[in-house]
Amino acid sequence: MKYSYYPGCTLKTKAKDLDIYARSSAEALGVELVEVKEWQCCGGVYTTAQDEIATKLSAVRTLMSARDEGTDLVTVCAACHNVIKRVNDDMRNNEYVSTRANNYLQAEAPYAGETRVIHFLELLRDEIGFENIKKAVKNPISKKIAAYYGCLLLRPSSVMQMDNPENPSILEDFIKAIGATPVISAYRNECCGSYFAVTDKSIAKRNSSKFVDSSEKNGAEMILTACPLCLYNLKQNGGASVPVVYFTELLAEALGVK
Amino acid sequence: MANLNLTSENIKRISGVDARKCMRCGKCTASCPNFEDMEYHPHQFVYFIENGKLDKLLESKSVFKCLSCFACVERCPRQVEPAKLIEAVRLTVIRQQGANHLLPDEIPAAIDEEMPQQALVAAFRKFTK
Ligand code: SF4
Ligand code: SF4
Repeated sequence: MKYSYYPGCTLKTKAKDLDIYARSSAEALGVELVEVKEWQCCGGVYTTAQDEIATKLSAVRTLMSARDEGTDLVTVCAACHNVIKRVNDDMRNNEYVSTRANNYLQAEAPYAGETRVIHFLELLRDEIGFENIKKAVKNPISKKIAAYYGCLLLRPSSVMQMDNPENPSILEDFIKAIGATPVISAYRNECCGSYFAVTDKSIAKRNSSKFVDSSEKNGAEMILTACPLCLYNLKQNGGASVPVVYFTELLAEALGVK
Repeated sequence: MANLNLTSENIKRISGVDARKCMRCGKCTASCPNFEDMEYHPHQFVYFIENGKLDKLLESKSVFKCLSCFACVERCPRQVEPAKLIEAVRLTVIRQQGANHLLPDEIPAAIDEEMPQQALVAAFRKFTK
């Protein structure tokens, strides 16, 4: 199985673990991830304004690059995934945006949203299958783990289409596959406070501590996330006393490639 | 803001939202994790835009309190998409000269060793033009 792979800026700096363990796990599972050539920052957040074309171009370039390789595009950072998948939806369904983006890019073949974008979790669930992950586990993680979804993997569900936005299960199913026990916490699909970590820490503190408190009360020994900013907020602003880790790190550990 | 009618049309155009679909159930505001920090709540953005009271929104700090978490969009029973309206109003504000909400000078005091780049890129994209 061969896929184009988009890591994103934060995964090359502060969130190296999210990237490194995605790659080593993929290799252990027989999946080839080929890094997109000359990728650029996705922009961090998707802009809903229809007249914001420039902010969407880097995602379009990545999507085109995967199309030209003839592969699906795998992402692993929740934020990059959200941006790229939503821009892809615009290129498919929003003529105002797609016409202007294509006019600007002047590519030989205009882009019309042909690429299929899948998050690493979807790769595990839908392409490899959690049953097969379970079989490949060498070191089961015997811990109680709370999964934090945040917003970006799930919403808007009409576009993201990863899971039920109000009662998701993909991360809990992942936790079971690596031999651990999921803990369901309140606020697992609410926002951590996001970029208010920069402009208004009190908001980030209030929002992330709600989830952290609920998880710890419910007996979680660890918290799992797919987003570098969620990880930061839960740790620094939510005051988590249990470890907060990327799901890829635990996967690599379970597969014996950490 | 020189011409409120023009601005109102512009907000409708760039957000792509039809505020008239709103049935004023308040679910957007009830879903919003930041509503208590907002002077005007998500359902009021919808209401004010529908009723031409845009000036209140343009002057309010509420535009800088939205997390873009899309809870209001997901849970609105009428697919109004309030977050898109809030983004359009915020862009209308920061596209004016000198109206940026986040300045590079503020960054050194706001960050620490652990903060991911993503936080800064996102904050600048939302608050600065
Ligand atoms: S949830 Fe939707 S219909 Fe209800 S008040 Fe908000 S915008 Fe209007
Ligand atoms: S997107 Fe903004 S307005 Fe909507 S629920 Fe989230 S913080 Fe509130």
